[in-house]
Amino acid sequence: MDLFLTIVVLVAALAVCWRFLGTYMAGVFEGRITFLAWAERPVYRLLRTSPEQEQTWQRYAGALVVFSGLSILFTYLVLRIQGSLPLNPEHLGAVSPALAWNTAVSFVTNTNWQNYAGERTLSYLSQMTLVVQQFLSPAVGIAVALALVRGLARRESKTVGNFWVDVTRAVLYVLLPIAFLAGIVFVAQGAVQTLAGPAHVRDSLTGFTQVIPRGPVAFMEAIKQLGTNGGGFYAANGAMPYENPTGLTNLLSIVLLLAIPVALTATFGDMVGSRRQGLALLAAMAVLFGAWTGFTTWAEHQPNPAVAAAGLPHQPTGNMEGKEARFGDTQSALYGVASTQTSTGSADAAYDSFNPIGGFGLLSGMMLGEVSPGGVGSGLYTILLFAILAVFIAGLMVGRTPEYLGKKIQAREIQLAGIGILVMPIVVLVLTAIAVSVHAGRVAPLNGGPHGFSEILYAFTSQANNNGSAFGGISSNTAFYNVLGGVAMLLGRFAIMVPVLALGGVLAEKATVPAGPGTFRTDTPLFVGLVIGSILLIGALTFFPAVSLGPIVEQLSHGRFFG
Amino acid sequence: MYVHLRRSLVLLLCSFAVLGLAYAYAATGLSQALFPHQANGSLGPNGSTLIGQPFDATRWFHGRPDDFGPYAADPAKGVSGGDNPLEADGLQGSSGPTNLGPRSKVLLEDTRALIRWWHEHGVQPTSDLVTTSGSGLDPDISPRSALVQIPMVAKATGVPPADLRALVEREVHPAEWGFLGSPTVDVLQLNEALAHLEARLGLHPGKSR
Repeated sequence: MDLFLTIVVLVAALAVCWRFLGTYMAGVFEGRITFLAWAERPVYRLLRTSPEQEQTWQRYAGALVVFSGLSILFTYLVLRIQGSLPLNPEHLGAVSPALAWNTAVSFVTNTNWQNYAGERTLSYLSQMTLVVQQFLSPAVGIAVALALVRGLARRESKTVGNFWVDVTRAVLYVLLPIAFLAGIVFVAQGAVQTLAGPAHVRDSLTGFTQVIPRGPVAFMEAIKQLGTNGGGFYAANGAMPYENPTGLTNLLSIVLLLAIPVALTATFGDMVGSRRQGLALLAAMAVLFGAWTGFTTWAEHQPNPAVAAAGLPHQPTGNMEGKEARFGDTQSALYGVASTQTSTGSADAAYDSFNPIGGFGLLSGMMLGEVSPGGVGSGLYTILLFAILAVFIAGLMVGRTPEYLGKKIQAREIQLAGIGILVMPIVVLVLTAIAVSVHAGRVAPLNGGPHGFSEILYAFTSQANNNGSAFGGISSNTAFYNVLGGVAMLLGRFAIMVPVLALGGVLAEKATVPAGPGTFRTDTPLFVGLVIGSILLIGALTFFPAVSLGPIVEQLSHGRFFG
Repeated sequence: MYVHLRRSLVLLLCSFAVLGLAYAYAATGLSQALFPHQANGSLGPNGSTLIGQPFDATRWFHGRPDDFGPYAADPAKGVSGGDNPLEADGLQGSSGPTNLGPRSKVLLEDTRALIRWWHEHGVQPTSDLVTTSGSGLDPDISPRSALVQIPMVAKATGVPPADLRALVEREVHPAEWGFLGSPTVDVLQLNEALAHLEARLGLHPGKSR
């Protein structure tokens, strides 16, 4: 009942986002909403660019790659020399090269995979440097989505927009104001926000002493969720009361991380001139999200097999291992689903201790390509790849050149969409195979048996999807996992973004064919079903064997426990 | 290429100044002005109400078991950073869960030991009391988890069970808006109230009996 009411509030909040934030973003990125022009203009002057200077897809992609490369370098350097920089009250030393590489790539690619315990590893300045990327990486995601949408919306155009303008507007009009407002709520509820260093406390009842790390946490939490980043200040992420203090902030987190990906489908609809087209994509997202929420929350409401076998009688609460008392079983599971079906990867519970089917829900959410609703920007462009694939399949069935939004989908478009869809599964499966084949890979899992394999599979699935959540038992702060993980994150980000931008460019150059009586409509329930089918089919075909060795065999191992 | 590099560098430096430094300082200034208690960590005289502590004597209500755990679990094993965000009683730690899987032998054995410990103290444990939390420093337990500990605490303190029951019921925080999350009892606040009650009843807090 509590879960039901929570979902009702969640759906209502997202409906408001879809209606208003979606329209607002379309206005911002089409240059119709300009109330912050006074802040934009100096940026463009410094960059020597302007909204009128449009770029071809090649230049757009070039700017993106150079900007992201420089961001990685800058973040890496700050982490390496944090010991000599200010804002370091706990006098923490340099981050090791492999870890700094992994962390820099992680935050620039919107992954926020964390191979370190934040409160014991990073200075305040390093955390602030990561926050910069928590704003910029979702802005870059939005920019790529915009380029693809413009490709669909424009006719015979050589250009797809201006990368610098899109990123600047995404930060100034969307991310910064919403994150700031949400940050205030986090603080009011109890999240910490101070630069005063750790607190030293002594309990006069027991004589117990504690040193509690503090920092600028609350406002990092806001952009961590809003930008579908997921990297928190503390190792325990959203389970830590200083990051996520109450049931209200837990719901706010879920709303924030879903808000932009959901609203972008409305933005898409507005930009291509038909809200129904956006609604169709949203419907596909919602069906997948609803199904996964259903079985994952059900699974977590069941007793934990190990705890039940230890002799605890049946309880009204389900699997509480690794969960916080204030959130409970099902709302932790809801948070987990939202976090893994977007590219967020934040956690308010230990995903490693979820029941086998619950863990499968999280893992498989990422394996579907994070399209329901996916990361900021990345969710929209990835589901558009599946939409193009769906019209292609429909076209094959009726023997007619497929069209999407009046654009003919031909060999070139399908090649690019195919690359964009297949990069992630290839990276996940190849790297997992390497890791289980070598000693350095096999020593990392904490848990034995099928769950140990799941920890490795989860690690690469998460990084290649730029998610960042983990089955946290894995000891992945090793040179092997840091380096390989960095490669997974880079490929999972840029080997998809570049084909998407190319697709945007190719589509933009095309003329639009008017819809005729034989045109396959892409705003109907039939099309929604076809998109969902394509997503499920590709996910199942690529990942079923791997998943059966992990969570599925674990679920079927009744009465067996692994050392 | 050169143009991209120059623009990247300029945008990155602007972003660092605005989104890194200015954002953090403006946010901290505002938070300290509007909500200083929360922004500084909800600290009271005995610690933070948001960060768990190990209450390991039977005269206190206990929180979630963590590796600092009072119970049967071996503290030296260090399976998590329980109650130990940076340093607790001089020992290093960090926040985090045990990460034991649902079919872990270690989890099975640890839980068995915890259940045995509770039974030895006359308590029929709830799931909160035999499972570790996500943060490893969960400050809360469910109201039922506090109620089941009453026989143990009553025996150790001499406070009548009826008074303890009333005390627990007063300390229940309902879920936000009635349905967001679960109702909880803050273990530190509950024990502070318990010490208060003992003093009022003329019992001596701080001494085991």
